[in-house]
Amino acid sequence: MRTLAITLAAVLAAGSAQAKTLAVAPGANAQERVQTALIDAKPGDVIELAAGRYDFTDGLSLDIDGVTVKGAGPGQTVLSFSGQKGAGEGLLVTSDRVTVRDFSLQDTKGDGIKAKGSDQISFLNLVVEWTGGPKETNGAYGVYPVSSTNVLIDKVTVRGASDAGIYVGQSKNIVVRNSTAEFNVAGIEIENSMNADVYDNLATRNAGGILVFDLPNLPQMGGHSTRIFRNRVVDNDTPNFAPKGNIVANVPTGTGVMLMANKNVHVFDNEIDGNASAAVILIAYSQTFDDKTYNPLPRDIVVRNNRLGRNAWAPAFPGGAILAKALGGTVPPVIWDGVVTWPGSEAVRVRLSDGPVVNLNLPKPGALMEANPKISPTLGDAVIEEPKPVVLPADQDQLIP
Amino acid sequence: MKRLAAILAAAVLLGAAPQAPPVALDLLLAETPAPTLDAYRLFVDAGARSPNGRVTPYGLNTPLFSDYAEKFRFVFLPPGKAAAYTAAGALDFPVGTTLVKTFAYPADFRRPGEKVRYLETRLLIRRTDGWTALAYVWNEDQTVATLKRAGTRLDVSFIDAAGRPRQFDYAVPNVNQCKECHAVAGVLQPLGPKARNLNGGFAYASGSENQLAHWSRTGMLTAAPQPAKAPRTAVWNDLAEPLEARAKAYLDANCAHCHSAQGMASNSGLFLDVEETRPAARGIGKRPVAAGRGSGGLEVSIAPGDPAASILLHRMKSTEPGVMMPELGRALVHEEGVGLIAQYIASLEPAR
Repeated sequence: MRTLAITLAAVLAAGSAQAKTLAVAPGANAQERVQTALIDAKPGDVIELAAGRYDFTDGLSLDIDGVTVKGAGPGQTVLSFSGQKGAGEGLLVTSDRVTVRDFSLQDTKGDGIKAKGSDQISFLNLVVEWTGGPKETNGAYGVYPVSSTNVLIDKVTVRGASDAGIYVGQSKNIVVRNSTAEFNVAGIEIENSMNADVYDNLATRNAGGILVFDLPNLPQMGGHSTRIFRNRVVDNDTPNFAPKGNIVANVPTGTGVMLMANKNVHVFDNEIDGNASAAVILIAYSQTFDDKTYNPLPRDIVVRNNRLGRNAWAPAFPGGAILAKALGGTVPPVIWDGVVTWPGSEAVRVRLSDGPVVNLNLPKPGALMEANPKISPTLGDAVIEEPKPVVLPADQDQLIP
Repeated sequence: MKRLAAILAAAVLLGAAPQAPPVALDLLLAETPAPTLDAYRLFVDAGARSPNGRVTPYGLNTPLFSDYAEKFRFVFLPPGKAAAYTAAGALDFPVGTTLVKTFAYPADFRRPGEKVRYLETRLLIRRTDGWTALAYVWNEDQTVATLKRAGTRLDVSFIDAAGRPRQFDYAVPNVNQCKECHAVAGVLQPLGPKARNLNGGFAYASGSENQLAHWSRTGMLTAAPQPAKAPRTAVWNDLAEPLEARAKAYLDANCAHCHSAQGMASNSGLFLDVEETRPAARGIGKRPVAAGRGSGGLEVSIAPGDPAASILLHRMKSTEPGVMMPELGRALVHEEGVGLIAQYIASLEPAR
């Protein structure tokens, strides 16, 4: 057996020793040359995109495991999709153990970089942007891992997404860190996902800074266990420009952190300042749905030790002005809709130690007309165990942006 | 005896006219694809108009719309091999099977048999380790088709059936894009040749015959029931068939390769395969998840009774990348398909 193990180890080592670099330069026919490299690559290979501007007419895609796609740095290697004629995204990754890093990607017609069903997908040192500024016609998501496991987003900047700049959907084991999301509808969004750590990021000039949502009628539901900490969530003031119909179109302009229909979310040690609607909103999903397995309430929520600056001076949500008037002119920075009952669902527990807090005491999701707002300095003292830190596979965690 | 055998063998050879050498099965199974299509000898002529022996043409009751391209489909089965019948999904094809599909445009759709330009011929080859997809692009002279793995775009113009001149940028998919549509749970699969979509008539040289019956009779297919006892996909444009069956067949052929629980768009929760029965999963009153500007400002995928309020139809009617559906393989609006789905949505009982 030992001999076999040694042989195997030797084979594996030899395999990695043969890993090669496929160098691609900018210039004519970039579409075919880059795509050919993405097809020809073997596990372990690095596709190196030299500095310069690449103009694409179609989406690119990678379906080989263990490949790194690397530029000469954001602003140095620029992948432009302003002339794109087809495909739903700029770059699509459908394989495992893939790293994309060190380039700018601009003006895709749909999403920026999407990874579907990928294990160990890493986005490092990227700038994904729509260069015409915030527009409804921009693509939905900048960086878009979905149905994936072991997701790392580190030192990534996204600007201008008409939905969420950094969006992680229906995934498990997620780290988003050292990244910047600005001028998007939502800065960073974790949706229908389990075990996410979102820290040391800057979310600014979006309509909403950081969102943790769960939506019905999807293959993966029951999102839980997310930690939002040490982020700066400041001055989110871009008027919501999401196309109607999308859930983020309902995010009030000037929202810091919004938690909807998710479980065990801990928001702590963040700086949350300059958000005109609210610092933190806890809200139930209030649209109609047909899914008995879905729980629309946020529950097991902890908001503690955040530095709340000036927030909630001009709430942009429906009934906000009336609420402010009813509460004597201002709305507290932490808002909970107060829905605690849902047929068959577990108890709703919160510990909102930062405040003041307003509990709207809605009898059911979305019943704003029946609000019975009560203000308190803090709300709830539930002891809710914090999720353990997300641990990525060692080789992925060691990647340096 | 030996002499007699030799004479018999010679007679058999003489009987096997035309004299074309058989399909190059070894090349189809080789790991490295041939640089040009002719190497496989799937056709006896350079222009790929005449199929070789064991290469049988077939059609589908309801095909995928591909920018009005005419599609010429063939299946090659290795000598002595047959496909096994399966009621659901693609038939179980043996190793070596090759599905051949040529995309072509007549200069004028009012005269479909004349001046037909071949654009590309796609192969799906069943190898021992699974299916492989290849695209061969035809030259202007229509004499040689060359392997194109990274995709390309071709300038196409034609006169449509209504006599209007049309011009667009036709996309040949790259090999990954082939898989985006053809992957079921990440594994490449044929999409068209399912028993239910083959269960219809085809005009063979020998006369018209049900394809399942023909395949069974000629030894191409084993264990198939009588066509009447096999499932059958409706013909989307046969007005004699019920509207709902035609609409579901159309959505299955045009959307369900991605929009199914095992497809590329599984994360959308919108499943349009004929097997899906849950109304919300079929889009009825379903809100979008990742549609972005594709929503067109509308609230739900299908608003029963209200085509104009349905995102699904909005995206079928768009030719804008990032909005249009399907995302791949379409640059033109399928007006007849849009008409069918609009009629279907209008026929649905509005939600109370």
